[in-house]
Amino acid sequence: MNDFIPHFDFQRVFLAPWTANNLESTAWIALMGFLVTAACGLVGNYLILRRMALVGDAISHSVLPGIAIAFLLSRSRSATAMFVGALAAGIVTTVIIEVIHHKTRVKQDSAIGIAFTTLFAIGVILVSLFAAKVDLDQECVLYGEIAFVPLGEFTSFAGIVLGPPSVVRMAIVTLATVLLIAVFYKELLVSSFDPGLAASLGINAVLVHYALMCWLSVVVVSAFEAVGAILVIAMLILPGATASLISQRLPVIMGLTVLHAALSSVLGIHLATWLECSTAAAMVIMASTLFGAAWIFSPTDGLLRRWLRKRLAEPAVEPTVQMPQNS
Amino acid sequence: MKTDVRTKSSALRFVCRWAALVLLLLGAPLCARADKIGDVSDINILDQAIRFFTFQDPAVRYALIGSMLLGITCGLLGSFLVVRKMALVGDALSHAVLPGVAAAFLWGIARDPAAPKDPLAILVGATIAGLLGTVFVGLIKQTTRLKEDTALGMVLATFFSVGVCLLTMIQRLPSGNKSGLDKFLFGQAAAISAADVQLMAIVTGVAIVVLLLFYKEFLVTSFDAGFARSAGFPTVLIQNALMMLLAFAVVIALQAVGVVLVSAMLITPAAAAYLLTDRMHLMLILAAVFGLVAGSVGAFLSFLGNHLPTGPFMVLGASAVFGGAFLFGPRHGVVARWWRQRSRARRVRRENTLKSIYHVLEQREFQGEGVSLNELAQRRRETIEEAKQQAIELQRYQFATLQEDGDTIFLTPEGWERACSIVRNHRLWELYLTNAANIAVDHVHDDAEKIEHVLGDEVVRQLEKRLDYATKDPHGRLIPSVSDLRKGQSPAERPAEAVGYGRRL
Repeated sequence: MNDFIPHFDFQRVFLAPWTANNLESTAWIALMGFLVTAACGLVGNYLILRRMALVGDAISHSVLPGIAIAFLLSRSRSATAMFVGALAAGIVTTVIIEVIHHKTRVKQDSAIGIAFTTLFAIGVILVSLFAAKVDLDQECVLYGEIAFVPLGEFTSFAGIVLGPPSVVRMAIVTLATVLLIAVFYKELLVSSFDPGLAASLGINAVLVHYALMCWLSVVVVSAFEAVGAILVIAMLILPGATASLISQRLPVIMGLTVLHAALSSVLGIHLATWLECSTAAAMVIMASTLFGAAWIFSPTDGLLRRWLRKRLAEPAVEPTVQMPQNS
Repeated sequence: MKTDVRTKSSALRFVCRWAALVLLLLGAPLCARADKIGDVSDINILDQAIRFFTFQDPAVRYALIGSMLLGITCGLLGSFLVVRKMALVGDALSHAVLPGVAAAFLWGIARDPAAPKDPLAILVGATIAGLLGTVFVGLIKQTTRLKEDTALGMVLATFFSVGVCLLTMIQRLPSGNKSGLDKFLFGQAAAISAADVQLMAIVTGVAIVVLLLFYKEFLVTSFDAGFARSAGFPTVLIQNALMMLLAFAVVIALQAVGVVLVSAMLITPAAAAYLLTDRMHLMLILAAVFGLVAGSVGAFLSFLGNHLPTGPFMVLGASAVFGGAFLFGPRHGVVARWWRQRSRARRVRRENTLKSIYHVLEQREFQGEGVSLNELAQRRRETIEEAKQQAIELQRYQFATLQEDGDTIFLTPEGWERACSIVRNHRLWELYLTNAANIAVDHVHDDAEKIEHVLGDEVVRQLEKRLDYATKDPHGRLIPSVSDLRKGQSPAERPAEAVGYGRRL
């Protein structure tokens, strides 16, 4: 057991990653983790509002065949092929879910389950058949390779060295996400909360739905390299869920989402350094821990607050007549 | 006296059922101990089947038996998930078992580093983890404003990442690397051992027996929870029992299908069965058969290549079955529905042509027999070609005959009858709308155009009665009477002072 859980050494866990030798790689990993979680979290907020959290899960699984087919067809590992493949996969998933849901009596939840498992299965088979050609392996599919992000050549633009290609890509996607949300804030907000009002304002809800799904696949695919296909769902839901326990105002939730992203990324790196486990998984665990903290200690709706309120309010609402309890 | 007998028999049934359950619970662990029982009941029968397929290798045999067993169990239990609209609970549950599996491996390593894989420990660990996951989903739903889908997603992700974390830590250990734990992610049927098959057979048996014993309870709570509660069924207990069985099913499927895709084996065969039948017991049987087929197809295909994961092939097998049901299901299938729609559209078109012929005849006050294609085409606002096509179509159904020169159509008695009845439906409905629903005369035509094709005999009779066997529609035209239909006479030959046609018969 001793070599299973390494000895906790403050120096090694908290200081060593930020010393001169490791500083650069730690900083890149932290930045990548932050960008992934922030971009996913911002998009994820709308998934939570629309009760489509598991559609996010479905799309994050089904980008795999999209990427694999795009790599196979283009015989390269270029970013363009990747984005095109992911976009196609996202649209196909959405269409399959809609078709099964509307053309048969199978309910939406089963439709989601069928669609993404089928596509993911196709993806896994392609990856295992053409592993050498696709340059993806099953491990990467499962939990990403965020630790390898700082390795390899850096992208440079106009003579200025910017950073590892995946980080640069993720940064662009994150900025674009922020921009898109800022520009289409009203459309997204109204169509998420009140489809009827959206229709009366002339907002095409179907278009917004498909646009959101497309952008979701873009975000998911750029996060793919870092965290794999399955842990993405955590990045999509956890920040928004945590934030929505603390506030009910969407702008505040957005801010808290970004804060949550930064915290879980940095804390995750330390956890992974301590336990010597997968960095992406450790980031998710820290994100869940933050959610747990918000669940218990949230000033508005936390468990602690509820318990206190109940205790303080107890004498006042003591019932005089015992209602018949029906088991 | 009667009630006495009934309570007695139900009490007897109650005792029998619980006794059987207790026996089962006691018997299952015994089976696990008694190696012989598992051997005799499974391997010999399968031996014959395998010899049939010339699968002589025991590894292939175990893999095939295991895949079939897991298909049956997942199909049976998944049916309840699908009808309860809890398909994604299955997904969350299947991801949530991963830390339990990892913990069981850790325990195995601590006990015996050479052979860390203990099926029973994995079953226990994974069941605990899975149930813990569902408990968390319930807690989050109850104590926060978050909705079920978010709660499911979070629990799924958190448990899975804890599992991945443990997994990477185990692989760091000297004995962990070759433990075969990574096979649990995408599944490898070849890794199924005799002990695994035994456990699978026991779990399948338990699932089948429990479902047989408590079929009514599972059925009622799945379809009408409110009624079940009011009828005194322990709904919470049954729900928990179902979750427990599902966790078992997930665990026995893990080895072959893998954590990531297990949920497909729960959902897809059951959803395919759901497309084909409305009866729950048929759905259960179909789902079990589909699961079995998907399982064996997956095991077979993954053996064809080297190091191919089994899970994705099984899932694709199940998806193919679903696709088949989706396309070719006799009642809800896309093809069947398309065919029905097409034949309906063609019938409507035929009837409209007959109606137009009637209108042409009516316009010239039923003088002369035939209607020229030109007249018909003008009436229908179609080209002559289209009119001719329709005339040929009518001839095919023996509603009309086309003259040799191909220019004039004559209605047969059947055609005349159908034309009259369509026109009658139309005019009766127009009259009904103006008289009974007070709709303006110029607004009733479009509605009647649609309904004339679907009114049944019974409704027409009711309409006649309500309208007091009227003879004229709101536009002042004669409504073809029953005697017109029967005799193939034209209304022109009818006496002008004709009273309600119903009475003339």
